[in-house]
Amino acid sequence: MNAPANKFAAYICSGCGLGDVLKVAGLEKVAKTEGKMAVIKTHPFLCNAEGVKMIQDDIANDGVTHLCIAACSRRAKTEAFNFPTVAVARANLREGVTWIVAEGADHDEIRQEMAEDYVRMGCAEVKKLILPGGNKKESSSKKILVVGGGMSGLTAAQAAADAGYEVALVEKTGALGGFANQMWKRMPFNAPHAEAQPTGAAELAAQVSANPKIKVYLNSTVAETAGAPGRFAIKIAQESGSISEELCGAIVQASGFSTYPIEKLPELGGGQPNVTDQAGLEALAKAANGGPIKRADGKEIKSVVFVQCAGQRDDSGTHLPYCSGHCCGTSIKQAMYFKDQNPDIDTVVVYDDLRVPGMGEDFYRSAQTKGVIFTKGKTSKVTGGDSCNVTFKDLILDEENTVPADLVVLATGQVPNAGVELDDWNATVTAADNGDEAAKEKKTALQKISVLNMNYRQGPDIPQLKYGFADSHFICFPYETRRTGIYAAGPMRRPMDMHQATEDAVGATMKAIQAAENAALGRAAHPRAWDLSFPTARLEGCTQCKRCTVECPFGAIDEDERRFPLFNEERCRRCGTCMGACPVRVISFENYSCDTVGMQVKAVNVPEEDEEKPRILILACENDAYPALDMAGMQRLTYSAYVRVIPVRCLGSVNTIWITDALGAGYDGVMMMGCQKGENYQCHFVKGSEMAYYRLSKIGDTLKGMGLEPERMQTYEIAITDAARVAKLINEYVEQLNAMGPSPMKGFG
Amino acid sequence: MTTAMTTANANEAAVAKYKNNFLKEVEATVEEGHWVKMCMQCGVCAGSCPFGPHWEHSPQKIFMMIRAGKREEVLKSDAMWMCTSCYNCMVRCPRQLPITHIMHGLANYSYRLGLSPKGQPNQAIAKLFWDSALKYGRVNELKFSLAMYFRDGFVQGVKNALAMQGVGLGLVKAGRLNPMEIISGHTCKDTSGIHKMIAKAREIEDRRRGLA
Repeated sequence: MNAPANKFAAYICSGCGLGDVLKVAGLEKVAKTEGKMAVIKTHPFLCNAEGVKMIQDDIANDGVTHLCIAACSRRAKTEAFNFPTVAVARANLREGVTWIVAEGADHDEIRQEMAEDYVRMGCAEVKKLILPGGNKKESSSKKILVVGGGMSGLTAAQAAADAGYEVALVEKTGALGGFANQMWKRMPFNAPHAEAQPTGAAELAAQVSANPKIKVYLNSTVAETAGAPGRFAIKIAQESGSISEELCGAIVQASGFSTYPIEKLPELGGGQPNVTDQAGLEALAKAANGGPIKRADGKEIKSVVFVQCAGQRDDSGTHLPYCSGHCCGTSIKQAMYFKDQNPDIDTVVVYDDLRVPGMGEDFYRSAQTKGVIFTKGKTSKVTGGDSCNVTFKDLILDEENTVPADLVVLATGQVPNAGVELDDWNATVTAADNGDEAAKEKKTALQKISVLNMNYRQGPDIPQLKYGFADSHFICFPYETRRTGIYAAGPMRRPMDMHQATEDAVGATMKAIQAAENAALGRAAHPRAWDLSFPTARLEGCTQCKRCTVECPFGAIDEDERRFPLFNEERCRRCGTCMGACPVRVISFENYSCDTVGMQVKAVNVPEEDEEKPRILILACENDAYPALDMAGMQRLTYSAYVRVIPVRCLGSVNTIWITDALGAGYDGVMMMGCQKGENYQCHFVKGSEMAYYRLSKIGDTLKGMGLEPERMQTYEIAITDAARVAKLINEYVEQLNAMGPSPMKGFG
Repeated sequence: MTTAMTTANANEAAVAKYKNNFLKEVEATVEEGHWVKMCMQCGVCAGSCPFGPHWEHSPQKIFMMIRAGKREEVLKSDAMWMCTSCYNCMVRCPRQLPITHIMHGLANYSYRLGLSPKGQPNQAIAKLFWDSALKYGRVNELKFSLAMYFRDGFVQGVKNALAMQGVGLGLVKAGRLNPMEIISGHTCKDTSGIHKMIAKAREIEDRRRGLA
């Protein structure tokens, strides 16, 4: 395994009261006789300068290469115990033992057993650790590719250039500015949020075009995206047919939105004369250029009705089910176009819920001051023509009303341009490969819709969550997509107004810069940004089952020409979902593998049946569940001392071998703690916990085959705030196991 | 109370002047009426009103009706007359509309146009109170309450007075009510001064609101 030069050392801390309630001599004995550590030292205050110096001296002078630090949680004192040149394992005696086991001499025995087990586990783990060498592939580019030249894309390009990075900006049309070019004015970005403002798109476009750091490709599309963060090879197809190539470090996708087609709303007069959408009114206002706004037939408009939520928030399944967020503010702005020009023009906004996020409430108030009438109602019918009529139910007065107008404006929604939906794509490709002619045509059509045309095995665009919007960890990492190094900005991520889009663009650009910089250092993107390890596979054992390539949430794994997995380390986020998926266990990281966890499972001393001390293995996600357990300790909550906790990178990295090994060795139960899954997922690796739940849902048969009750393995969704809950769950599960009786496997391990 | 303007003519004149645009009419002629357009229809006023279930229309509805141009319905509504001036709506309004004052303004306006509901008891008591205060420069409580009792005829008045006699005697015993007030009743020092002051105030107000 490890080279003979490896020297293992255990450092036991007796500070923070550990020495008062634990027999340190017993821990030293375990580290020596069972852990087989070459150096064993105890210190009364290991994390102070003296303790740290002691460790540093041993590394420098004594040739120590592997450390097992038996002290506090791996989440505590990370700066003191930062030894980048050696492999480090942490045995959690403080948050994991002394703080959570009930006080008093009655518990001395089980407390000591728990601490000794954690020392055994730490020593077992450190023996299997290899110091990660980092990604050896040279990343060469830190250039930022921006796809889309609308307000989001322009802002992103400008932000990247301002931060000192080269930019390539690809715009499909012949002009920069995007949708803003069609607009007369925009909503205000700044206080007092009272008046509509010029869009500023032309100025920003001119600024971007003149910036020497930004190369603008007009009339161009991305024909191919290959590679990984730090080395994205981009082919840009220009109108002339020529292909330009750019090497980029990271990508900001700002591919914008389309307006929901008004023709799909015949019941609201869509398609009839003098019934328009908000984009149509912008055109009329632009044509009026500050003068009286006139209809298409040239008649001056004296009365106008705005119909909100037209084809949006629709629960019938016909139209958009969601709220586009900007349209209330946009109608307020457009009503002001009329009122500012002539206060006598009747402007009525028929709304269901007036939603003005941010400082929009001030803008709303400003419109009320100008005399715009707001009516809470649900519009059922619009007829166009020379005199339009809007029929709505007034929800305050509870009666049907019909108001005439010269022009009706429908507030239709935003439809994201995020590219191809991957399930649809994969089904089409499979059918096309089987010779289906219609599918072949559809595939060609889809390729034209695709924004990035990625050559990834998983499909040509970033995965979508719902309604065609890009998937991202909505709360914690909104700009992240599920393709490392590619960041989403603007209305293709979620519906939004121009101000939000420009803020989004700056945020996504900063993340893109971070990704390019990290790639150059051989590092992952967060949440394991510091991690230099990356997965490798023993291909001689691989059965080419493709589970790793399919289950990787980030599309990091392609297939080589022999159909073996081909890892793109820069795309990897180090979650280990591939490792958990591999049925033949050939995938591992240097510092995290089936062995590093498996040996910890095996190291625990499982008491005989007649001792009546059950053992429960907890595999806890290091992002939420493990901190929750730590916090239970900090709050001095008590939970059963019969559990042994092993942190895992993600529940998705859990290989079922650990569970069957544990239960086979006589553990009485296994608790799996991961993040919330499903549509409102909290998993930091998006799909990891979902994959784990899916895999573990099938483990019942295996347990039955071993003669075990399926209840001996339980899964839990734990949030980081669940300190009290997690302690309660542990205690309840221990009671449940006590009622079930000891595992029949005891004594066979 | 001056009743010179409570005629159908004033009503027709207002309709003609504002081209039946009731919101504009309210803005120009009703005290605090310019706030009506700022209502955001949250309904907090309607939910806060202790008299809520007993009104024809909540302030929220009244404001919506004004915007919807329902002139007749608003001015003939009993809603503004049911307000007890508890100010719950006003302190709770997130848009800080002076709702109580607007309601009183609307009541006053509808009365002056002769559109307010006839025989509305709160309106009657308000008028008796106002007339008493104007005549004496202060309210003669005995005359005021007796006028209330006999509002619905002599027989009913006697019944009302008998029903309340316990309260009345208690007030007399405690020195809170002087039976002699029925004969003369004391006034403020300068009643004619008060009358001139009110007349001038009315003149100024009418000029400002274009009601003269």
